[in-house]
Amino acid sequence: MSQNPVSLSGDLRVDLAQARAHGLSPDEFRNIERILGRTPTFTELGVFSVMWSEHCSYKSSRKYLRTLPSRSELVVQGPGENAGAIDVGDGWIAVFKIESHNHPSYVEPYQGAATGVGGILRDIFTMGARPVASMDSLKFGSFDHPRTRYLLGGVVGGIGGYGNCVGVPTVAGEVMFDASYNGNILVNAFCLGLARTGELMSARASGVGNPVLYVGSATGRDGIHGASLLASAEFDAESESKRPTVQVGDPFTEKLLIEACLEAGKTGAIVAIQDMGAAGLTSSSSEMAARGGLGIDIDLDKVPLREQGLTPYEILLSESQERMLIVAQRGREAELQAIFEKWDLHGVVIGEVIADQRWRARWRGQVVADIPVGPLADEAPLYDRPAAPVAPRTPTPPSQHQPPAPPAALKALLENPNVASKRWVFRQYDSLVQGNTVAGPGGSDAAVLRLKHSKRAIALKVDSNPRACALDPYIGAVATVVEAARNVACTGARPAGITNCLNYGNPERPEIMWQFAEGVRGLGDAARALGAPVVSGNVSFYNETEGRAIPPTPTIAVVGIMADVSRQVVSHFKRAGDAILIVRTAEPALAGTEYAAMFGNGGGSLRPIDLDRESALLDGLVAGAELGLIRSAHDLAEGGLAVAMAEACFNPGGLLGAEVDLAAHGLTGIAELFGEGASTVVLSASTKDVDQVTQIFSSRGLECRSIGRVIAEPRLRLLPVIDEDVRGLQKTYEEALPGRLASHD
Amino acid sequence: MKWGVVRFPGSLDDNDALWALADVMGQEASMLWHKEASLRGAQCVLLPGGFSYGDYLRCGAIARFSPIMESVAKFAADGGLVIGTCNGFQVLCEAHLLPGALTRNRTLSFICERVNVRVENASTPFTRATHQGEVLRLPIKHGEGLYVAPETELRQMEERGQVILRYVDADGRESDAANPNGSMHAIAGVANDRFNVFGLMPHPEHAVEAMLGGTDGLKIFRSIVESAG
Repeated sequence: MSQNPVSLSGDLRVDLAQARAHGLSPDEFRNIERILGRTPTFTELGVFSVMWSEHCSYKSSRKYLRTLPSRSELVVQGPGENAGAIDVGDGWIAVFKIESHNHPSYVEPYQGAATGVGGILRDIFTMGARPVASMDSLKFGSFDHPRTRYLLGGVVGGIGGYGNCVGVPTVAGEVMFDASYNGNILVNAFCLGLARTGELMSARASGVGNPVLYVGSATGRDGIHGASLLASAEFDAESESKRPTVQVGDPFTEKLLIEACLEAGKTGAIVAIQDMGAAGLTSSSSEMAARGGLGIDIDLDKVPLREQGLTPYEILLSESQERMLIVAQRGREAELQAIFEKWDLHGVVIGEVIADQRWRARWRGQVVADIPVGPLADEAPLYDRPAAPVAPRTPTPPSQHQPPAPPAALKALLENPNVASKRWVFRQYDSLVQGNTVAGPGGSDAAVLRLKHSKRAIALKVDSNPRACALDPYIGAVATVVEAARNVACTGARPAGITNCLNYGNPERPEIMWQFAEGVRGLGDAARALGAPVVSGNVSFYNETEGRAIPPTPTIAVVGIMADVSRQVVSHFKRAGDAILIVRTAEPALAGTEYAAMFGNGGGSLRPIDLDRESALLDGLVAGAELGLIRSAHDLAEGGLAVAMAEACFNPGGLLGAEVDLAAHGLTGIAELFGEGASTVVLSASTKDVDQVTQIFSSRGLECRSIGRVIAEPRLRLLPVIDEDVRGLQKTYEEALPGRLASHD
Repeated sequence: MKWGVVRFPGSLDDNDALWALADVMGQEASMLWHKEASLRGAQCVLLPGGFSYGDYLRCGAIARFSPIMESVAKFAADGGLVIGTCNGFQVLCEAHLLPGALTRNRTLSFICERVNVRVENASTPFTRATHQGEVLRLPIKHGEGLYVAPETELRQMEERGQVILRYVDADGRESDAANPNGSMHAIAGVANDRFNVFGLMPHPEHAVEAMLGGTDGLKIFRSIVESAG
């Protein structure tokens, strides 16, 4: 059956100009006419515009994403569902994904960030997994930019406001300030859930005649065209007027949805389930139908509405939050509805699965949209956009000023908001709820969560490195992956899976497309080398304002598995008298470092990263931890060796000190002290274990040197260049962020 | 002993309380649904942390009207032991089972961190396994934990020993810096004047395993077990 859908009295005229106003290209509009064999109705035009938006269709990125490794013996679910999943052992499946909410957070920081958290949570529990941990990667403009403080307060408030209220701990994250994000901040939200083996749910519709249930908040006019006009277009001076396209979150309803959906999942009466995220009812229904190779027929009159008078166009495109769509087994609707009623929610049957591969919507007895499912969902346009390398960026000119002496440089770095303690941020997040947090924010290089009824734990960390990516988008992406993996391995967990959020500028510009292609190539190479497949991800293009793109920012989250949580390794020194060792894969360098950004001394290009050596380092860290030989492990990041040594002295149970004869080990150069790059880890171990620890790494082809010892006196002695009171350094480190925020009052 | 943990819509630390009592301490503990009236023979009722009803209107303001709260009030009136942590404390204040009220932290932000609290009265059913003046290390995580009550009432509460826990520094000394949310008299936990209802902002259920950062919370629960035994 294929009757032409009707146009409605309020519909705008559909023509090329209207299509352009919806963000569709002339080619895309002609393609739609060809697919339908007629001009689309206004409702259908809206539906195509959101489904074919960059945000929903990945039309510029799919070609590249297909090259990423997504399989291993641990992968239970790779890309294609709402999130990826790996088997973490003892009957537990970890389901995880990261997603961007950049533009909404810039336009309305509190709600933008809050609904970013809400959206990623739904991607996880829709898989049948209970969300157990969140992380966030945040990029703001220069700390002194007039808008930064407002955006920081709003974003952190929104993440806390939503996450704390739904009872999912925020266990790790990163925050960076840089002028290149002045006009386009990044808010990337990660969530991980746990399910028992065999409990995963799918978003694949099946069973002709099965009813389609709508559960959760009623549909309103909020968020219409969030995916197409807000997420898939550049920013300009008018962007603030797009505030009405930002959704408003209701974490309490989300909490009820989590409990109700997980309880409903246990009945076995759910065939398929998907949240109504970007492009709302349209994407959830058409994607579930496409995955199952079936069609779906929806009666819009049955959709619960927040107010009267919504048109089919508005109902289909609304991005109202906290809504789920469920395909139920026919005859078991009442069983599910009873569970939703228990949680003060309502499950309403709004349609059914049909054999005909059509996506059909009815309203007041008439068909208002009738579209073949394939072209709407997974057969959406696919582009191979031109990509052209950017000329290598001119190295930062050497600073005119003499860089400060090492002690002053160390203090300046500890005071820098990119290095300083982020306690002001993470103190506002509940990191303890659900009672699994063995290492939360600020405790070790990655968060560690125990698995109940098991000896095992999982470790997770999110990282990005835009400074390196700006110098070389390929090496920068590799560096980001190995850094996140190294942070996980420092805790003693073996990296097992990756999810990514790829933040780039406008893909219609060849140099951006090239940056993206190089980034994906780096991600793929690193993931393959480390044996950690990419199981889920998200692409965020059009991160630019007034024609100025952000630096390439692939945000990488790595999840690792720890065999025995009692062997967990922290990042700070634990005992006076222990030996301090460093193990590294390459000499540190100043290119792309925080030191270079501060003191302008970081010319030159990035050195290639030897992935075999990186892999060997991870392997050695895990082996050393599993044997119980490593007391602490801390990865060199922003600020290099000097900052890492200072941080390692900040034992929360009582400050310790360190005494290292740098001169004796030839480590007194500026690059040795403050350089970053791949890869150095500072370890501590009992003196009796030093030989064994050294052996672990040398047998893997890496040099591991004992360079000093942990001392009881809280003094950081990196002799002969630095000799500082650790109490003073910690005060600087802890008070920098709150102090600078207060001084802006 | 038998424990009942009340689950409101929006309760978050309900499972954690159940885990602490049943899995860690081996107590007989079960969940009580807010729409039901039965306390299922519980000898102590625990109102958990969270954001019951999303904390809409006011923290705890809607939960107090749940059917189960009538039973809890009656149980308390009959001398039954009731403990409320965090949001549970807020619900008990809203239900007038405890004096005072909890308002927005003076930082105007949510605070999650471990704090030190001093036992001000070790002779209650909730603190008998501690000693007077003992400093417990417990986590807090709340946005509205600033305890307020009229000064005259506070004076009476202090005289009667109803102030059970007070925020202090690691050495057990009171100071403004050690008071995380700005509570009057640095109050972290109070009891009613019959000492069978206890509310506290810290989370003892999140301090029951050394691996997760400490076990001082067990002292509160053990006190209750001793009292019931």
